Amino acid sequence: MNRINNFLEAFGAGVIMTWRAFAMLPAAPRILKRITEQGFLIGYTSLPIIGILCFFMGSVLALQAGISLREFGAKEFIGALVGASMARELGPVMVAIILAGRVGSAVTAELASMRVNSEIDALTTMNIPPERLLVLPRLLAVILVMPVLTMLANLIGWFGGAVVCEYVGFIGLSADEFFRNLQSYVSFSDVMDGLIKAEVFGIVVMIISCNTGLRTQGGPREIGLAVTKSVVLSLIAILTLDYFITKLLA
Amino acid sequence: MATSRKSPIQRQDRSPAAVKVEGLSKSYGSQEVLHDVSFNVEPGEIFVIMGPSGSGKSVLLRHIAGLEVPTRGKLDINGFNPTLPETRDQFALALVFQSGALLNSLSVYDNLALYPHEHRLCPQKDLRDRVMRALRILSIEHAVQKMPAELSGGMRKRVAIARALVMEPQLLLYDEPTSELDPIMAATIAEIIATLREEYAVTSIVVSHDRDLSLTIADRFALMQGGQLHSVAPPGEFQKSTDPIITEFLNPQINLQNPRFKSLETSS
Ligand SMILES: Nc1ncnc2c1ncn2[C@@H]1O[C@H](COP(=O)(O)OP(=O)(O)OP(=O)(O)O)[C@@H](O)[C@H]1O
Ligand SMILES: [Mg+2]
Repeated sequence: MNRINNFLEAFGAGVIMTWRAFAMLPAAPRILKRITEQGFLIGYTSLPIIGILCFFMGSVLALQAGISLREFGAKEFIGALVGASMARELGPVMVAIILAGRVGSAVTAELASMRVNSEIDALTTMNIPPERLLVLPRLLAVILVMPVLTMLANLIGWFGGAVVCEYVGFIGLSADEFFRNLQSYVSFSDVMDGLIKAEVFGIVVMIISCNTGLRTQGGPREIGLAVTKSVVLSLIAILTLDYFITKLLA
Repeated sequence: MATSRKSPIQRQDRSPAAVKVEGLSKSYGSQEVLHDVSFNVEPGEIFVIMGPSGSGKSVLLRHIAGLEVPTRGKLDINGFNPTLPETRDQFALALVFQSGALLNSLSVYDNLALYPHEHRLCPQKDLRDRVMRALRILSIEHAVQKMPAELSGGMRKRVAIARALVMEPQLLLYDEPTSELDPIMAATIAEIIATLREEYAVTSIVVSHDRDLSLTIADRFALMQGGQLHSVAPPGEFQKSTDPIITEFLNPQINLQNPRFKSLETSS
């Protein structure tokens, strides 16, 4: 009962925080510097891992598809399979998961320690709403960066698939053929659907991270707990939302 | 909240704030930390609060700063409720936190510049002068490019006071401003508090354990005891008081033969 109460309270606080942050949208041009700073930070910290993970994600997909499709003699469809699963599902989900683990955790830790050290209180007494100074730039940054990261993730994943096709002997499909097949089966809307997903995931992860951080109370131990909580919550939210958005877009 | 654009300080009618506290009580869970506290602070007054550790002084200041919502009772600054975001921009208030509460991700300069910058209080070219002036008053201008983590406790406290000065508030709340400072710097702080009233027209509420500082600068003096205001009076009356609680607090006797510690020694 208590847990449900806590969850509802946190949820409500999250909604209010988001609403307040977006109510300050007119101030966005003035915080352009903070937005770009945060955007670079998000891209910078997550891109290397996104690159490595998505490359191997594409490779494994191609390999598995190659093994399965070999028996049906349908190996030319590897391009379609890898292309669509990366664009519609794995690209956005992988990027969101890395965002939660790499960026979300850092955001929660930073805001939680600001709360614990009375820095947030200091901002409040200065009549500088933390939503404007800390939350809005991060939300706008993630909105700007998510599509770019996801598109890069897709491209890297596709490339990983192509490399496997080209160099793994028993598949026997050239990278050229892989991309031709990908091109003819993966539609623009497949990619768009993925980008919409990524955008939603990104916003939700950032809201959860900021909200959990800002609501932290106590000391160093609580900061650690808050980080764990925000990552776990983000992962649950990503996979749950994934199902519903997929259904909605179908 | 877009209203926060209009600057509280450039208003022409900037005058010291009045604080009114009525029947304020605060409980955390089952523990009552403040019990039925009532007092007024007049505009321009220096109101000093002393009291034993844990008596609720910091909690009281946090209420005045609008950081805590009272369990019972009322509190207003110039007639406005400090806890509501809508009325926060009706007055300018600064709180020097017991811990300093500097923003750790910003340099000393940026910590001080944050408030005038966010509220667009002065043109960019005057900002630096304004910040440096405040740092110079506290003789800490050499640390302007340092990060808070690189400062000593006393330096951090001085930067926190400088940050409050830059805000040019109508109400200044100090939570133990001299607790980590050497006697000379503590005297400087006392001078600053007294001077500010003359120069900037500011109301000050000072929580302090420093008896000499408190008695020198206070217009009125309050003693807190277990979450209650034991008494409020001008310092002169306090020093003449025969109330045992007050006399013991103002003139603690150091008794090296204290039986309390004798029993500790023998029991171990
Ligand atoms: N957030 C909180 N939750 C629970 N109890 C609290 C909280 N803040 C303060 N208290 C309790 O309130 C009481 C008063 O604390 P406060 O910090 O106001 O003391 P103080 O008079 O400022 O003492 P000191 O001189 O040591 O700073 C203490 O018993 C403390 O345990
Ligand atoms: Mg205190």
